[in-house]
Amino acid sequence: MRKPVEQIEEATILFAGDSGDGSQTIGTQMTETTALIGNDVATLPDYPAEIRAPAGSTAGISGFQLHFSSEQIHTPGDLCDVLVAMNPAALKVQLNKLKPNGILIVNVDNFARRNLRLAGYESNPLEDDTLTKYQVFKIELTQLTRKALETTDLTTSEIDRCKNFFALGMILWLYNRPMEYTMKWIKAKYAKRPQYIEPNILALRAGNAYCDMTEQFAVSYDVKPATFEPGTYRNIEGNMATVLGLVAASHQSGLPLVYGSYPITPASDILHGLAQYRNFGVVTMQMEDEIAAVGVAIGAAFSGALGVTGSSGPGLALKSEAINLAMIAELPIVVCNIQRAGPSTGMPTKTEQSDLLQMFYGRNGESPVPIIASSRPYDCFETVYEACRIAVKYRTPVIFLSDLYIGMGAEPWKIPELSKLPEIKPNFTTSAGPSDEFEPYLRDPETLARPWAKPGTPGLEHRIGGLEKSDVTGHVSYDPDNHEKMVEIRAEKVARIANDIPPTEVFGAQEGDILLLGWGGTFGALRTTTENYVAEGLPIGHVHLRHLNPFPNDLADILKRFKKILIPELNSGQLLQLIRATYLIDAIGLNKVQGQPFHVFELHAKIDEILKEIKHF
Amino acid sequence: MKRKRASRIPVGAPTLTRDDFKSDQDVRWCPKCGDYSILAQTQRILPELGIPRENVVFISGIGCSSRFPYYMNTYGFHTIHGRAPTIASGVKMANPDLSVWVITGDGDALSIGGNHFIHLMRRNFDINVLLFNNRVYGLTKGQYSPTSERGQKMYQSTALGSLDTPFNPISLALASGATFVARSVDIHSDHLRPMLKAAFEHKGTSFIEIYQNCHIFNDDTFELYREKEHKTDHTVLLEHGEPLVFGAEHDKGIRLNGFQPEVVDLTDSEHTIDDLIIHDQHAEDTTLANFLAGMSDTPDMPHPMGIFRSVQHPCYENLMTNQIRTATERMGEGDLNALLHDGETWTVS
Repeated sequence: MRKPVEQIEEATILFAGDSGDGSQTIGTQMTETTALIGNDVATLPDYPAEIRAPAGSTAGISGFQLHFSSEQIHTPGDLCDVLVAMNPAALKVQLNKLKPNGILIVNVDNFARRNLRLAGYESNPLEDDTLTKYQVFKIELTQLTRKALETTDLTTSEIDRCKNFFALGMILWLYNRPMEYTMKWIKAKYAKRPQYIEPNILALRAGNAYCDMTEQFAVSYDVKPATFEPGTYRNIEGNMATVLGLVAASHQSGLPLVYGSYPITPASDILHGLAQYRNFGVVTMQMEDEIAAVGVAIGAAFSGALGVTGSSGPGLALKSEAINLAMIAELPIVVCNIQRAGPSTGMPTKTEQSDLLQMFYGRNGESPVPIIASSRPYDCFETVYEACRIAVKYRTPVIFLSDLYIGMGAEPWKIPELSKLPEIKPNFTTSAGPSDEFEPYLRDPETLARPWAKPGTPGLEHRIGGLEKSDVTGHVSYDPDNHEKMVEIRAEKVARIANDIPPTEVFGAQEGDILLLGWGGTFGALRTTTENYVAEGLPIGHVHLRHLNPFPNDLADILKRFKKILIPELNSGQLLQLIRATYLIDAIGLNKVQGQPFHVFELHAKIDEILKEIKHF
Repeated sequence: MKRKRASRIPVGAPTLTRDDFKSDQDVRWCPKCGDYSILAQTQRILPELGIPRENVVFISGIGCSSRFPYYMNTYGFHTIHGRAPTIASGVKMANPDLSVWVITGDGDALSIGGNHFIHLMRRNFDINVLLFNNRVYGLTKGQYSPTSERGQKMYQSTALGSLDTPFNPISLALASGATFVARSVDIHSDHLRPMLKAAFEHKGTSFIEIYQNCHIFNDDTFELYREKEHKTDHTVLLEHGEPLVFGAEHDKGIRLNGFQPEVVDLTDSEHTIDDLIIHDQHAEDTTLANFLAGMSDTPDMPHPMGIFRSVQHPCYENLMTNQIRTATERMGEGDLNALLHDGETWTVS
């Protein structure tokens, strides 16, 4: 008899285990399947810096959280409905993320005394009262997988590596999702090692059948497809969206893409991604260090290509001198900073948005550089494309900010139509102009951009460099008035970009009590929070800034329309400082520096407090 | 060896002269600086290379030598300290038709830019690197450099002498896998010019160490190898296929005694020219080149001048271009729309 199916609106699942347990794999598979059947999905992988920390230790726990819904969602969820814990350490680390009465699936085979000790449990949490407020499903995952696969030719250790698919089979059953997509993936993944195809599929089916058969699982759940705007969708991670945005900018501008990089978490996936697209003419160069990586981007830009480099905070520190060179040489490059928790090496596998002031001020001298930030995984495409557009149009380095949370997070993306992408026109200079003597710093009167004359163009031979240059001619100059003038021109050029960006969107209340002002990867938490208050009819608005330098022209006016400006950030108040200094307003900060994203409830608490102060409650 | 036709001057185009390569900027090195001669020889050979001026790019780092691009009427980029190799790599990769020259000094290339220098050598872009070695920091007024001699000599930054073992730039380049390694002297214009031309003709990274005199802060550091009255006895010219003979009367030679090159007197009855090392610049194995490089670290040995090594290896930019071609043949020219729709997609209507 078919077991009853309960309709629910949304669910959040967290897979957790040793970093070799395959939690990321099955999390990704659950995400793909869920996106393909039409839910809105948001994910957050959370993994340790160690590739393989000692098995069973809390240091080695890798997690993958996914949130899916029949409504539009913006975050991977706060607390989870389901936690799959492959061992005691996973339980220990992740239990605080499970809702009261949430479903806890544990692999009891891993709860031997030794595992408990490794995880720091003095008594077995499955036997004491640790788990009384949850629905606990004690599953012999290892034994059941071994039994299901006993007829295969695999060794026991190989069989044990298939148990993550047993767990996935269970979750697919629990949420009424088809197994076909995962089977297709397994076949493609192991095409070259076909001996692993059947066993993994068998484990998947066995997990699914187990839930169907045993009385332990009485109900399953269904989440209906969400309503999306018409269009073609795919699931995409932030870093992959960045890759595609760069390829698109290269393709649409006709500029060959040269990407210089040095491996660093969490930016390496951009290098890996771009390296696949040689057939788009994409050149990726893994260089000897971060400085060389930005150096090739600058050289490529001088040669007339789209020069791009990518890294994370520590790498940006090393690149700053070279970014300054690109700034004074006025060459178009894009610098991607996929932020992670600092300072110094910090917490490389945890998220933070604490490099904003570094990007603003981390260079010697007066060094204005446009800065733009993506707000969610799919937004990386449009934002990095915009970075390329600004760089080329204004002949300037542009910093593109992303972070680990959105870089590694995934969600459905409505694939854009190519014809709707903004134009990127290189407008190379091909002749010296009326004076016959080429003037490399004679500017476009509107944008103040200087000419881009690439080597190989006859008659435009010229020299540039890091020394201060004379207005118009570009010759080396130590003239005091000229220096001040050039500093002003370079600042004005960047300031004028504000005339070239769309009006700021204010979500929710257009004026009223509180404006949530954010940037970067906090978008989801801020938007969900705002939606909640708007649904209650409270005058709360949300502005999420893509353009951080320069700020949009209309921002001053928007800020005046709200009684309080709340700036939640995953740092100690960096945008807060900038906004207070720029607009002389008493904005309030909400700051979290734990390497973790905001929970919606944390924002609610702060907003309620402010609302109380302004006597609404 | 052979350049792409695209970068050659078309037949019938006006011939360029040395003056065509002089920029309108006043040259501002100290009087008697060795850099003047290197600039002049470079400007003299460029019209003879058969490439259009617009295809020539000079890239430098920071230091006295790095002002060089400002004086050349070509494309030029005066970059930041030590990083010229990285920027030159980007320039060359984005446009392999360009003739790219890196101008650097001993501090720029071997201290702050040491990492980039060795990696440039091993990648083998078709780039020419001219290292002006004056064994001192000139622009910052006289500190010891990574090629300064250890010992009693006083520098601004060490009154009692440098404690560091100096780098041997030739050995370093060889160890880094450089495919063309040569040495010349700033004012030996008849030697320097052919070296510059050979560097240009070599397909791959060409490295020339140029002994360059800093008249202000390290005058005569290379006196023995530079001045007419000394040089014949203190330098030995490397010529491919020829024995290593030197001396005013061609009366001395270099032979290998075990693993040690040593000077022999050809006028005594014990040694003949047949005992001497025959130079082979095309040897794939770097043993001989390393022996020769080590001579300048050995007291009383003459310093070899000329090409230590010249071998053909694939160039990075060509390997990259091949990867692009192969990928395009295999997967077809990139279709952006197809790429965006790659993987599993679903349509909402």
